[in-house]
Amino acid sequence: MTAGEVAIRITNVSHEFGEPGEAFHVRALANTSLEIARGELLCLIGPSGCGKSTLLNMIGGLLLPTEGTVEVGRTVVRAPLPREIAFVFQENALFPWCSVIENVKLGMVFQGVPRAEQEERARRSLEAVGLKDFMNHYPSQLSGGMRQRAALARALSLETGILLMDEPFGALDEQTRMVLGEDLSVLLARARKTIVFVTHSLGEAVFLADRVAVFSARPGTIKEIIRVDEPHPRNPGFVTTEKFARLRNQLYALLHDEIRKAVAQAAIAGPTP
Amino acid sequence: MSAKRDRRNKLASRGVQIAFVLGLVLLWYLGSTYWGVSPILLPNPLGVWDELKDVLGSGEFLPDLQVTLTELAIAFVISCGSGITLGYLISRSPYLIRVFEPLLAGIYSVPIILFLPLYVLFFGLGPGSKIALGATISFFPIILNTIAGFGYVDRIFITAARSMGASDWQMFRHVLLPAALPVILTGLRIGFTVALLSILGSETIASLAGLGHRIVHLAEAMEMARMFAYIVFAVAIAATLNTITSSLERRAKRQ
Repeated sequence: MTAGEVAIRITNVSHEFGEPGEAFHVRALANTSLEIARGELLCLIGPSGCGKSTLLNMIGGLLLPTEGTVEVGRTVVRAPLPREIAFVFQENALFPWCSVIENVKLGMVFQGVPRAEQEERARRSLEAVGLKDFMNHYPSQLSGGMRQRAALARALSLETGILLMDEPFGALDEQTRMVLGEDLSVLLARARKTIVFVTHSLGEAVFLADRVAVFSARPGTIKEIIRVDEPHPRNPGFVTTEKFARLRNQLYALLHDEIRKAVAQAAIAGPTP
Repeated sequence: MSAKRDRRNKLASRGVQIAFVLGLVLLWYLGSTYWGVSPILLPNPLGVWDELKDVLGSGEFLPDLQVTLTELAIAFVISCGSGITLGYLISRSPYLIRVFEPLLAGIYSVPIILFLPLYVLFFGLGPGSKIALGATISFFPIILNTIAGFGYVDRIFITAARSMGASDWQMFRHVLLPAALPVILTGLRIGFTVALLSILGSETIASLAGLGHRIVHLAEAMEMARMFAYIVFAVAIAATLNTITSSLERRAKRQ
């Protein structure tokens, strides 16, 4: 652990869906401990169904651990902490009946931010993600990448210390992903937030993260943590370096066996929740 | 360019629609004037036109129209109030949805008009039985659409709002209601249409007053031209009301 202050402390956390003995009983996450430093960007990577999204939802208070505790600052998380934690979901979490700027403001409405301040913060965060000219568009009028930019703007406008991102670029094509990843790195270097980022993409993990936590197959737990020592914002040229390739290959080797295990499990157990 | 072509196409099809209706009236005229169709079955359209002018000019239609519209308004208020409230309550629990949605859909598929004799026994020949029938029939599309609207809001919207700290009221006001509204509005429009239909229909079966009652009364008195005039009038009223509700629905959905 670096000298920095701990923002999120996860202690011996397990999560099960359903009760033992029931037809639908899954041990999603087993006995996981992890400390995330303030200002750090941690990527969670692992095979499908390894519990990385489950862990993210527990940090955000959307799910409660079956065992163990999650602490944010000094509070044990038992419910969403909207003043400290903002989410960006995989896709379609924008409200289709609101324009882009209304979507951004709605989060602040929920938190009782004064009206005048809402407008100002919404504009600022939309400008930061490059959507200033699309404020009055509706989500259905935007491309997938722009929708995720809008979702990011909504999360940024809440000015939380922690940002949880659940495969935010998972549904986008490779090129859009690359551009968004680069922009995100620049944005986040400025914002100094603590970020937990779930992804399937090895390249995305190495490009964005300070550390990458690799999960084992179900019941998931952290198999190894890889450190990426590279200052933010990351230079787009980083992906062509030897270091990038070495880290990516190291991740690939760690993940490969787990992915095969997870696929074999899925073939026996059927689809995961 | 294409907007202009769209407009022209729309005008052209509207022209064909009007020509079709005028053609029917022409056939009606020819049939009753030259081809010897009995005026007992089909009165001359010119005679019907004269009667219609008389009905409108004398204001004779007012009491019957008032009865029918009052019945409609009360029935619709009852079915909206109960349908939306109960539908919302049912939609709050997946268990209740599983139990009640198929049950209500099942009852809705029964011809509820068969309850009219029972309602006449319960509520009499007057407006009471018409209101009860109209409310019963329109209750089902309203409650079913309310359940569908509130019950199947995408989970991700609810999760996102929860993560941003929405209170119960904010969740309802900013997430559940706007997500459900288009589906509920469709239910209200269908409910309104079937309420009007069943009220006019039940007035023709057993009643003391109302437009449907008047039409049957004239038929029994063999005043065919006047009866036709009332039918034309009732059709015009129904078409106007349905146009109004459809455009209200469209406007509300746009916002």
